[in-house]
Amino acid sequence: MATYSTNEFKRGLKVMLDGDPAAIVENEFVKPGKGQAFNRVKLRNLKTGRIIERTFKSGESIEAADVVETEMQYLYNDGEAWHFMHPDTFEQLAANEVVVADAKMWLKEQDICILTLWNGAPLSVTPPNHVTLKVIETEPGVRGDTATGGNKPATLETGATVQVPLFVNEGELIKVDTRTGEYVSRIRE
Amino acid sequence: MNWQPTATAQILSLRAALLAQIRGFFAAQQVLEVETPVLSGAANTDPQIESFTTNLSGSGKAPGRTLYLQTSPEFPMKRLVAAGSGPIYQICRAFRQGETGRYHNPEFTLLEWYRPGFNLQRLMNEVEQLARLLLEPHMELDNSERLSYQQAFEHYAGLNPHHASIKQLVGCAQRHGTGNVTGLAEDDRDGWLNLLMSHIIQPQLGQQRLTFVFDYPASQAALARIRPGNPSVADRFELFLNGVELANGFHELTDATEQRNRFVSELQQRTLAGKPAVPIDEQLLSALENGLPDCAGVAMGLDRLLMFASGVTTLGETLCFPIDRA
Repeated sequence: MATYSTNEFKRGLKVMLDGDPAAIVENEFVKPGKGQAFNRVKLRNLKTGRIIERTFKSGESIEAADVVETEMQYLYNDGEAWHFMHPDTFEQLAANEVVVADAKMWLKEQDICILTLWNGAPLSVTPPNHVTLKVIETEPGVRGDTATGGNKPATLETGATVQVPLFVNEGELIKVDTRTGEYVSRIRE
Repeated sequence: MNWQPTATAQILSLRAALLAQIRGFFAAQQVLEVETPVLSGAANTDPQIESFTTNLSGSGKAPGRTLYLQTSPEFPMKRLVAAGSGPIYQICRAFRQGETGRYHNPEFTLLEWYRPGFNLQRLMNEVEQLARLLLEPHMELDNSERLSYQQAFEHYAGLNPHHASIKQLVGCAQRHGTGNVTGLAEDDRDGWLNLLMSHIIQPQLGQQRLTFVFDYPASQAALARIRPGNPSVADRFELFLNGVELANGFHELTDATEQRNRFVSELQQRTLAGKPAVPIDEQLLSALENGLPDCAGVAMGLDRLLMFASGVTTLGETLCFPIDRA
Protein backbone atom coordinates (compact mmCIF):
# COMPACT_ATOMS: atom_id res chain seq x y z
CA MET A 1 0.00 0.00 0.00
CA ALA A 2 1.49 3.30 -1.06
CA THR A 3 1.67 6.02 1.57
CA TYR A 4 2.69 9.67 1.66
CA SER A 5 4.60 11.24 4.55
CA THR A 6 3.65 14.79 5.60
CA ASN A 7 6.99 15.79 4.02
CA GLU A 8 5.46 14.95 0.63
CA PHE A 9 2.24 16.90 1.18
CA LYS A 10 1.45 19.44 -1.52
CA ARG A 11 -1.56 20.87 -3.27
CA GLY A 12 -3.30 18.31 -5.47
CA LEU A 13 -1.92 15.21 -3.73
CA LYS A 14 -4.60 12.47 -3.58
CA VAL A 15 -4.87 10.63 -0.27
CA MET A 16 -7.33 8.44 1.64
CA LEU A 17 -9.11 10.21 4.50
CA ASP A 18 -11.63 8.36 6.68
CA GLY A 19 -12.16 5.80 3.92
CA ASP A 20 -12.83 8.35 1.17
CA PRO A 21 -10.46 9.67 -1.49
CA ALA A 22 -9.48 13.31 -0.92
CA ALA A 23 -7.25 15.90 -2.57
CA ILE A 24 -5.01 18.28 -0.62
CA VAL A 25 -6.11 21.86 -1.23
CA GLU A 26 -3.80 23.64 1.20
CA ASN A 27 -0.89 22.47 3.36
CA GLU A 28 0.62 24.68 6.07
CA PHE A 29 3.71 23.72 8.07
CA VAL A 30 3.30 24.95 11.66
CA LYS A 31 6.03 24.68 14.26
CA PRO A 32 6.39 26.27 17.66
CA GLY A 33 9.98 27.46 18.27
CA LYS A 34 10.79 24.40 20.33
CA GLY A 35 8.42 21.51 20.10
CA GLN A 36 6.17 19.42 17.96
CA ALA A 37 5.70 20.42 14.31
CA PHE A 38 2.32 20.00 12.63
CA ASN A 39 0.90 20.10 9.14
CA ARG A 40 -2.45 21.92 9.02
CA VAL A 41 -4.16 20.62 5.94
CA LYS A 42 -7.31 21.46 4.01
CA LEU A 43 -8.58 18.58 1.89
CA ARG A 44 -11.46 18.17 -0.54
CA ASN A 45 -13.42 14.94 -0.21
CA LEU A 46 -13.53 13.81 -3.84
CA LYS A 47 -16.84 11.99 -3.37
CA THR A 48 -18.82 14.77 -1.71
CA GLY A 49 -16.80 17.83 -2.69
CA ARG A 50 -16.77 18.94 0.97
CA ILE A 51 -13.72 20.71 2.37
CA ILE A 52 -12.27 19.14 5.51
CA GLU A 53 -9.62 20.59 7.84
CA ARG A 54 -7.25 18.16 9.49
CA THR A 55 -4.02 18.43 11.46
CA PHE A 56 -1.21 15.89 11.20
CA LYS A 57 1.75 15.49 13.50
CA SER A 58 4.67 16.14 11.11
CA GLY A 59 6.35 12.93 10.02
CA GLU A 60 3.11 10.91 10.03
CA SER A 61 2.10 9.02 6.92
CA ILE A 62 -1.23 8.68 5.18
CA GLU A 63 -2.46 6.16 2.64
CA ALA A 64 -2.28 7.28 -0.98
CA ALA A 65 -5.49 7.23 -3.03
CA ASP A 66 -5.36 5.64 -6.47
CA VAL A 67 -7.00 8.57 -8.21
CA VAL A 68 -6.28 9.42 -11.85
CA GLU A 69 -7.80 11.83 -14.31
CA THR A 70 -8.38 10.60 -17.84
CA GLU A 71 -9.93 12.05 -20.99
CA MET A 72 -12.93 10.08 -22.25
CA GLN A 73 -15.59 10.55 -24.88
CA TYR A 74 -19.22 10.77 -23.78
CA LEU A 75 -21.31 8.22 -25.72
CA TYR A 76 -24.91 8.12 -24.52
CA ASN A 77 -27.26 7.94 -21.57
CA ASP A 78 -29.40 4.82 -21.24
CA GLY A 79 -31.81 6.32 -18.73
CA GLU A 80 -29.83 5.10 -15.73
CA ALA A 81 -26.16 5.50 -16.50
CA TRP A 82 -23.96 7.76 -18.58
CA HIS A 83 -21.54 5.85 -20.80
CA PHE A 84 -18.03 6.99 -21.70
CA MET A 85 -15.34 5.53 -23.93
CA HIS A 86 -11.57 5.85 -23.85
CA PRO A 87 -10.69 7.28 -27.31
CA ASP A 88 -7.54 5.14 -27.70
CA THR A 89 -8.37 1.83 -26.06
CA PHE A 90 -12.15 1.95 -26.73
CA GLU A 91 -12.59 0.75 -23.16
CA GLN A 92 -16.01 1.80 -21.84
CA LEU A 93 -17.11 2.97 -18.41
CA ALA A 94 -20.55 3.76 -16.98
CA ALA A 95 -21.12 6.54 -14.44
CA ASN A 96 -24.25 6.85 -12.31
CA GLU A 97 -26.20 10.03 -11.58
CA VAL A 98 -24.35 10.78 -8.31
CA VAL A 99 -21.02 10.70 -10.14
CA VAL A 100 -22.17 12.71 -13.15
CA ALA A 101 -23.98 15.21 -10.90
CA ASP A 102 -24.22 18.73 -12.39
CA ALA A 103 -22.03 17.77 -15.34
CA LYS A 104 -25.02 16.03 -16.93
CA MET A 105 -26.43 19.43 -17.94
CA TRP A 106 -23.50 19.89 -20.31
CA LEU A 107 -22.88 16.41 -21.68
CA LYS A 108 -23.28 16.20 -25.43
CA GLU A 109 -22.61 13.01 -27.30
CA GLN A 110 -19.08 12.78 -28.78
CA ASP A 111 -17.69 15.50 -26.51
CA ILE A 112 -14.43 14.75 -24.68
CA CYS A 113 -14.74 15.00 -20.88
CA ILE A 114 -12.34 14.44 -18.00
CA LEU A 115 -13.24 11.49 -15.80
CA THR A 116 -11.70 11.23 -12.35
CA LEU A 117 -11.28 7.56 -11.53
CA TRP A 118 -10.75 6.04 -8.09
CA ASN A 119 -9.45 2.46 -8.18
CA GLY A 120 -10.57 2.47 -11.82
CA ALA A 121 -14.19 3.47 -11.09
CA PRO A 122 -15.61 6.90 -11.99
CA LEU A 123 -15.62 9.40 -9.13
CA SER A 124 -16.57 12.57 -10.97
CA VAL A 125 -17.03 13.96 -14.47
CA THR A 126 -15.74 17.33 -15.64
CA PRO A 127 -17.29 18.55 -18.91
CA PRO A 128 -15.23 20.54 -21.42
CA ASN A 129 -14.82 24.20 -20.37
CA HIS A 130 -16.84 25.27 -23.42
CA VAL A 131 -19.64 23.32 -25.09
CA THR A 132 -21.72 24.09 -28.19
CA LEU A 133 -25.40 23.29 -27.68
CA LYS A 134 -28.63 23.81 -29.61
CA VAL A 135 -31.38 26.08 -28.25
CA ILE A 136 -34.62 24.08 -28.22
CA GLU A 137 -36.89 26.57 -26.51
CA THR A 138 -36.84 30.34 -26.00
CA GLU A 139 -39.00 33.42 -26.61
CA PRO A 140 -38.85 34.64 -30.24
CA GLY A 141 -35.79 36.77 -30.97
CA VAL A 142 -35.83 40.52 -31.55
CA ARG A 143 -34.57 40.86 -35.12
CA GLY A 144 -31.66 43.19 -35.63
CA ASP A 145 -31.21 43.75 -31.91
CA THR A 146 -27.62 42.59 -31.53
CA ALA A 147 -26.32 45.51 -29.55
CA THR A 148 -28.59 46.52 -26.69
CA GLY A 149 -28.61 44.60 -23.45
CA GLY A 150 -31.33 42.42 -22.08
CA ASN A 151 -31.47 38.67 -21.56
CA LYS A 152 -34.02 35.88 -21.64
CA PRO A 153 -33.94 32.24 -20.54
CA ALA A 154 -33.26 29.54 -23.13
CA THR A 155 -33.57 25.77 -22.75
CA LEU A 156 -30.81 23.78 -24.45
CA GLU A 157 -30.79 20.30 -25.97
CA THR A 158 -29.25 18.80 -22.83
CA GLY A 159 -31.96 20.25 -20.60
CA ALA A 160 -29.80 23.06 -19.20
CA THR A 161 -31.29 26.57 -18.97
CA VAL A 162 -29.05 29.58 -19.58
CA GLN A 163 -29.57 33.31 -19.95
CA VAL A 164 -29.07 34.38 -23.58
CA PRO A 165 -29.24 37.74 -25.39
CA LEU A 166 -32.60 38.70 -26.93
CA PHE A 167 -31.45 38.03 -30.53
CA VAL A 168 -30.89 34.27 -30.00
CA ASN A 169 -33.54 32.06 -31.62
CA GLU A 170 -34.75 28.51 -31.25
CA GLY A 171 -32.77 26.07 -33.37
CA GLU A 172 -29.57 28.13 -33.16
CA LEU A 173 -26.29 26.91 -31.67
CA ILE A 174 -24.66 28.74 -28.76
CA LYS A 175 -21.38 28.38 -26.93
CA VAL A 176 -21.61 28.08 -23.13
CA ASP A 177 -18.92 28.21 -20.44
CA THR A 178 -19.65 25.15 -18.28
CA ARG A 179 -17.64 26.49 -15.32
CA THR A 180 -19.97 29.46 -14.89
CA GLY A 181 -23.03 28.25 -16.79
CA GLU A 182 -22.95 31.46 -18.82
CA TYR A 183 -23.62 32.16 -22.49
CA VAL A 184 -20.44 33.02 -24.44
CA SER A 185 -21.48 33.52 -28.07
CA ARG A 186 -23.76 32.46 -30.90
CA ILE A 187 -22.29 29.95 -33.33
CA ARG A 188 -23.11 30.50 -37.00
CA GLU A 189 -23.19 27.25 -38.89
CA MET B 1 14.46 27.85 -15.46
CA ASN B 2 13.49 29.94 -12.43
CA TRP B 3 16.91 31.52 -12.17
CA GLN B 4 15.77 34.94 -10.99
CA PRO B 5 15.67 36.04 -7.34
CA THR B 6 12.33 36.08 -5.52
CA ALA B 7 13.27 39.02 -3.28
CA THR B 8 12.96 42.48 -4.86
CA ALA B 9 15.99 44.75 -5.07
CA GLN B 10 14.31 46.91 -2.42
CA ILE B 11 14.07 44.02 0.05
CA LEU B 12 17.67 43.01 -0.63
CA SER B 13 18.89 46.49 0.23
CA LEU B 14 16.68 46.53 3.33
CA ARG B 15 18.33 43.26 4.39
CA ALA B 16 21.76 44.83 4.00
CA ALA B 17 20.62 47.90 5.97
CA LEU B 18 19.26 45.76 8.83
CA LEU B 19 22.53 43.82 9.04
CA ALA B 20 24.45 47.11 9.25
CA GLN B 21 22.08 48.41 11.95
CA ILE B 22 22.49 45.24 14.01
CA ARG B 23 26.28 45.45 13.78
CA GLY B 24 26.13 49.11 14.82
CA PHE B 25 23.84 48.28 17.76
CA PHE B 26 26.17 45.62 19.14
CA ALA B 27 29.31 47.63 18.49
CA ALA B 28 27.82 50.42 20.62
CA GLN B 29 27.06 47.90 23.40
CA GLN B 30 30.57 46.48 23.10
CA VAL B 31 29.34 43.01 22.23
CA LEU B 32 31.90 41.16 20.12
CA GLU B 33 30.97 39.73 16.73
CA VAL B 34 32.19 36.13 16.33
CA GLU B 35 32.09 33.36 13.74
CA THR B 36 31.90 29.69 14.70
CA PRO B 37 31.93 26.60 12.42
CA VAL B 38 28.78 25.66 10.55
CA LEU B 39 29.93 22.02 10.53
CA SER B 40 30.12 20.01 13.72
CA GLY B 41 30.95 16.45 14.73
CA ALA B 42 28.07 16.60 17.22
CA ALA B 43 24.44 17.40 16.58
CA ASN B 44 21.33 18.81 18.18
CA THR B 45 19.64 16.00 20.14
CA ASP B 46 16.26 17.81 20.23
CA PRO B 47 13.78 15.18 18.97
CA GLN B 48 11.82 17.89 17.11
CA ILE B 49 14.79 19.20 15.14
CA GLU B 50 16.59 17.26 12.41
CA SER B 51 20.12 18.11 11.28
CA PHE B 52 21.48 17.92 7.75
CA THR B 53 24.45 15.59 7.54
CA THR B 54 27.47 15.64 5.30
CA ASN B 55 30.69 13.74 5.00
CA LEU B 56 34.28 14.86 5.51
CA SER B 57 36.82 13.00 3.44
CA GLY B 58 40.55 13.06 4.09
CA SER B 59 39.98 12.73 7.80
CA GLY B 60 42.23 9.68 8.06
CA LYS B 61 39.33 7.24 8.03
CA ALA B 62 38.27 5.42 4.89
CA PRO B 63 34.51 6.08 5.07
CA GLY B 64 35.17 9.68 6.04
CA ARG B 65 33.67 11.39 9.06
CA THR B 66 29.99 12.31 9.44
CA LEU B 67 29.52 15.99 10.14
CA TYR B 68 26.32 17.86 10.97
CA LEU B 69 25.29 21.30 9.76
CA GLN B 70 24.40 23.46 12.73
CA THR B 71 20.73 23.91 13.61
CA SER B 72 21.87 26.96 15.61
CA PRO B 73 25.30 28.22 16.72
CA GLU B 74 24.42 27.72 20.38
CA PHE B 75 26.97 25.06 21.40
CA PRO B 76 30.16 26.60 19.98
CA MET B 77 29.08 30.06 21.17
CA LYS B 78 28.66 28.74 24.72
CA ARG B 79 32.14 27.24 24.45
CA LEU B 80 33.44 30.71 23.63
CA VAL B 81 31.59 32.22 26.59
CA ALA B 82 33.00 29.44 28.83
CA ALA B 83 36.46 30.33 27.52
CA GLY B 84 35.95 33.89 28.76
CA SER B 85 34.91 35.72 25.60
CA GLY B 86 32.52 38.03 27.42
CA PRO B 87 29.36 39.14 25.56
CA ILE B 88 29.27 37.87 21.94
CA TYR B 89 26.94 37.84 18.97
CA GLN B 90 26.85 36.08 15.63
CA ILE B 91 24.91 36.44 12.41
CA CYS B 92 24.96 33.09 10.66
CA ARG B 93 23.11 30.53 8.63
CA ALA B 94 21.32 27.70 10.44
CA PHE B 95 20.00 24.55 8.78
CA ARG B 96 17.00 22.43 9.70
CA GLN B 97 15.99 19.37 7.75
CA GLY B 98 12.37 19.19 6.56
CA GLU B 99 11.30 22.68 7.62
CA THR B 100 9.69 24.29 4.60
CA GLY B 101 6.61 26.47 4.69
CA ARG B 102 5.24 29.97 4.65
CA TYR B 103 7.48 30.98 7.57
CA HIS B 104 10.18 28.32 7.19
CA ASN B 105 13.09 27.71 4.84
CA PRO B 106 15.48 24.81 5.55
CA GLU B 107 18.38 27.27 5.71
CA PHE B 108 17.80 30.61 7.36
CA THR B 109 19.64 33.48 8.96
CA LEU B 110 19.91 33.64 12.73
CA LEU B 111 21.13 36.42 14.95
CA GLU B 112 22.25 34.85 18.20
CA TRP B 113 23.79 36.56 21.19
CA TYR B 114 24.99 35.76 24.73
CA ARG B 115 25.08 38.10 27.69
CA PRO B 116 27.07 36.99 30.76
CA GLY B 117 25.49 38.34 33.95
CA PHE B 118 22.11 39.05 32.34
CA ASN B 119 18.90 37.57 33.67
CA LEU B 120 15.93 36.96 31.38
CA GLN B 121 14.26 40.31 32.12
CA ARG B 122 17.37 42.24 31.11
CA LEU B 123 17.75 40.18 27.97
CA MET B 124 14.09 40.75 27.03
CA ASN B 125 14.67 44.48 27.48
CA GLU B 126 17.61 44.34 25.08
CA VAL B 127 15.69 42.21 22.56
CA GLU B 128 12.85 44.73 22.65
CA GLN B 129 15.25 47.65 22.20
CA LEU B 130 16.85 46.03 19.14
CA ALA B 131 13.54 44.88 17.62
CA ARG B 132 12.09 48.39 17.94
CA LEU B 133 15.21 49.92 16.43
CA LEU B 134 14.92 47.61 13.40
CA LEU B 135 11.13 47.57 12.94
CA GLU B 136 9.82 50.98 13.95
CA PRO B 137 11.07 52.85 10.89
CA HIS B 138 8.87 50.45 8.84
CA MET B 139 5.80 49.70 10.96
CA GLU B 140 3.85 51.05 13.91
CA LEU B 141 4.19 49.10 17.13
CA ASP B 142 1.91 49.43 20.16
CA ASN B 143 3.28 49.10 23.69
CA SER B 144 5.01 45.78 24.18
CA GLU B 145 3.44 43.07 26.25
CA ARG B 146 4.88 40.36 28.53
CA LEU B 147 2.73 37.36 29.36
CA SER B 148 3.61 34.23 31.24
CA TYR B 149 2.84 30.98 29.37
CA GLN B 150 0.07 30.46 31.91
CA GLN B 151 -1.43 33.93 31.31
CA ALA B 152 -1.35 33.39 27.55
CA PHE B 153 -3.21 30.09 27.89
CA GLU B 154 -5.73 31.46 30.38
CA HIS B 155 -6.46 34.46 28.21
CA TYR B 156 -6.63 32.83 24.77
CA ALA B 157 -7.58 29.20 25.54
CA GLY B 158 -9.35 29.55 28.89
CA LEU B 159 -7.30 26.98 30.77
CA ASN B 160 -4.31 26.64 33.06
CA PRO B 161 -1.57 24.84 31.09
CA HIS B 162 0.19 23.58 34.21
CA HIS B 163 -2.84 22.05 35.92
CA ALA B 164 -5.29 21.15 33.14
CA SER B 165 -5.69 17.43 32.45
CA ILE B 166 -4.80 16.13 28.98
CA LYS B 167 -8.53 15.48 28.54
CA GLN B 168 -9.18 19.20 29.08
CA LEU B 169 -6.45 20.10 26.58
CA VAL B 170 -8.02 17.78 23.98
CA GLY B 171 -11.48 19.18 24.77
CA CYS B 172 -10.18 22.71 24.22
CA ALA B 173 -8.70 21.70 20.86
CA GLN B 174 -12.03 20.13 19.88
CA ARG B 175 -13.98 23.27 20.77
CA HIS B 176 -11.65 25.18 18.45
CA GLY B 177 -12.14 22.64 15.65
CA THR B 178 -8.65 21.14 15.79
CA GLY B 179 -9.30 18.12 18.00
CA ASN B 180 -8.67 15.57 15.27
CA VAL B 181 -4.90 15.23 15.01
CA THR B 182 -3.44 12.28 13.14
CA GLY B 183 -0.51 10.80 15.04
CA LEU B 184 -0.77 12.77 18.29
CA ALA B 185 -0.86 10.30 21.18
CA GLU B 186 -3.52 10.68 23.87
CA ASP B 187 -0.89 10.84 26.61
CA ASP B 188 1.43 13.32 24.85
CA ARG B 189 0.85 16.28 27.17
CA ASP B 190 3.47 18.55 25.60
CA GLY B 191 2.24 17.57 22.14
CA TRP B 192 -1.27 18.84 22.97
CA LEU B 193 0.12 21.97 24.64
CA ASN B 194 2.14 22.60 21.47
CA LEU B 195 -0.97 22.07 19.36
CA LEU B 196 -3.00 24.60 21.39
CA MET B 197 -0.07 27.03 21.34
CA SER B 198 0.57 26.81 17.60
CA HIS B 199 -3.05 26.57 16.38
CA ILE B 200 -5.06 28.68 18.82
CA ILE B 201 -2.90 30.96 20.96
CA GLN B 202 0.11 31.94 18.85
CA PRO B 203 -1.92 33.30 15.88
CA GLN B 204 -3.40 35.87 18.30
CA LEU B 205 -0.14 36.91 19.97
CA GLY B 206 1.66 40.16 19.20
CA GLN B 207 -0.97 41.90 17.07
CA GLN B 208 0.88 45.08 15.99
CA ARG B 209 3.05 44.74 19.08
CA LEU B 210 5.95 42.77 20.51
CA THR B 211 4.60 40.09 22.83
CA PHE B 212 7.00 38.16 25.05
CA VAL B 213 5.85 34.85 26.49
CA PHE B 214 7.93 33.54 29.42
CA ASP B 215 7.92 30.83 32.13
CA TYR B 216 7.36 27.82 29.88
CA PRO B 217 6.50 24.43 31.39
CA ALA B 218 9.62 22.72 32.80
CA SER B 219 9.02 19.88 30.32
CA GLN B 220 9.69 22.37 27.49
CA ALA B 221 12.89 23.80 28.94
CA ALA B 222 15.15 22.85 25.99
CA LEU B 223 18.47 24.44 27.07
CA ALA B 224 17.08 26.81 29.68
CA ARG B 225 17.51 26.44 33.40
CA ILE B 226 14.48 25.37 35.42
CA ARG B 227 13.29 27.63 38.23
CA PRO B 228 11.95 25.46 41.05
CA GLY B 229 8.52 26.37 42.39
CA ASN B 230 4.90 25.32 42.14
CA PRO B 231 4.83 24.70 39.29
CA SER B 232 8.51 24.68 38.33
CA VAL B 233 8.98 26.61 35.12
CA ALA B 234 11.65 26.94 32.45
CA ASP B 235 13.49 30.27 32.49
CA ARG B 236 12.82 30.81 28.83
CA PHE B 237 10.98 33.29 26.60
CA GLU B 238 9.74 33.60 23.07
CA LEU B 239 8.93 36.79 21.21
CA PHE B 240 5.93 37.04 18.88
CA LEU B 241 4.85 39.64 16.35
CA ASN B 242 1.60 39.32 14.43
CA GLY B 243 1.33 35.66 15.39
CA VAL B 244 4.84 34.77 14.20
CA GLU B 245 7.67 33.69 16.48
CA LEU B 246 10.67 36.01 16.13
CA ALA B 247 13.02 34.99 18.93
CA ASN B 248 13.66 32.39 21.58
CA GLY B 249 15.75 33.14 24.69
CA PHE B 250 17.08 31.20 27.66
CA HIS B 251 18.58 31.86 31.02
CA GLU B 252 21.18 29.30 30.09
CA LEU B 253 21.56 25.97 31.79
CA THR B 254 25.13 25.85 33.15
CA ASP B 255 24.97 22.56 35.06
CA ALA B 256 26.94 19.94 33.08
CA THR B 257 25.30 16.93 34.75
CA GLU B 258 21.79 18.26 34.17
CA GLN B 259 22.73 19.08 30.56
CA ARG B 260 24.02 15.53 29.99
CA ASN B 261 20.83 14.07 31.48
CA ARG B 262 18.73 16.17 29.10
CA PHE B 263 20.82 15.07 26.11
CA VAL B 264 20.45 11.40 27.09
CA SER B 265 16.72 11.77 27.71
CA GLU B 266 16.30 13.44 24.28
CA LEU B 267 18.24 10.62 22.63
CA GLN B 268 15.86 8.13 24.27
CA GLN B 269 12.88 10.09 22.92
CA ARG B 270 14.49 10.02 19.47
CA THR B 271 14.84 6.23 19.65
CA LEU B 272 11.21 5.84 20.76
CA ALA B 273 10.06 8.04 17.87
CA GLY B 274 12.16 6.04 15.39
CA LYS B 275 14.41 9.02 14.67
CA PRO B 276 18.15 8.65 14.07
CA ALA B 277 20.45 8.79 17.08
CA VAL B 278 23.03 11.60 16.90
CA PRO B 279 26.31 12.21 18.74
CA ILE B 280 26.08 14.28 21.93
CA ASP B 281 28.27 17.40 21.99
CA GLU B 282 30.93 16.28 24.48
CA GLN B 283 32.90 19.47 23.88
CA LEU B 284 29.98 21.55 25.13
CA LEU B 285 29.69 19.30 28.20
CA SER B 286 33.42 19.71 28.89
CA ALA B 287 33.02 23.47 28.62
CA LEU B 288 30.10 23.38 31.08
CA GLU B 289 32.15 21.22 33.46
CA ASN B 290 34.92 23.76 33.22
CA GLY B 291 32.39 26.47 34.05
CA LEU B 292 30.00 28.51 31.92
CA PRO B 293 29.45 31.96 33.46
CA ASP B 294 25.88 32.71 34.45
CA CYS B 295 24.42 34.08 31.21
CA ALA B 296 21.34 34.57 29.10
CA GLY B 297 21.21 33.98 25.35
CA VAL B 298 18.74 34.48 22.53
CA ALA B 299 18.32 33.57 18.87
CA MET B 300 16.34 35.82 16.53
CA GLY B 301 15.12 34.88 13.05
CA LEU B 302 16.35 37.67 10.80
CA ASP B 303 14.43 36.56 7.68
CA ARG B 304 11.17 36.79 9.62
CA LEU B 305 12.17 40.16 11.02
CA LEU B 306 12.89 41.36 7.48
CA MET B 307 9.50 39.99 6.43
CA PHE B 308 7.77 42.39 8.81
CA ALA B 309 10.11 45.31 8.08
CA SER B 310 9.41 44.95 4.35
CA GLY B 311 5.69 44.22 4.70
CA VAL B 312 5.67 40.95 2.75
CA THR B 313 3.73 37.92 3.95
CA THR B 314 5.98 34.96 3.17
CA LEU B 315 9.53 34.20 4.20
CA GLY B 316 10.44 33.27 0.63
CA GLU B 317 9.97 36.89 -0.47
CA THR B 318 12.82 37.97 1.82
CA LEU B 319 15.31 35.47 0.39
CA CYS B 320 17.01 35.88 -2.94
CA PHE B 321 16.75 32.17 -3.60
CA PRO B 322 14.44 30.11 -1.37
CA ILE B 323 14.99 26.34 -1.24
CA ASP B 324 13.03 25.55 -4.42
CA ARG B 325 15.38 27.86 -6.35
CA ALA B 326 18.53 26.99 -4.41
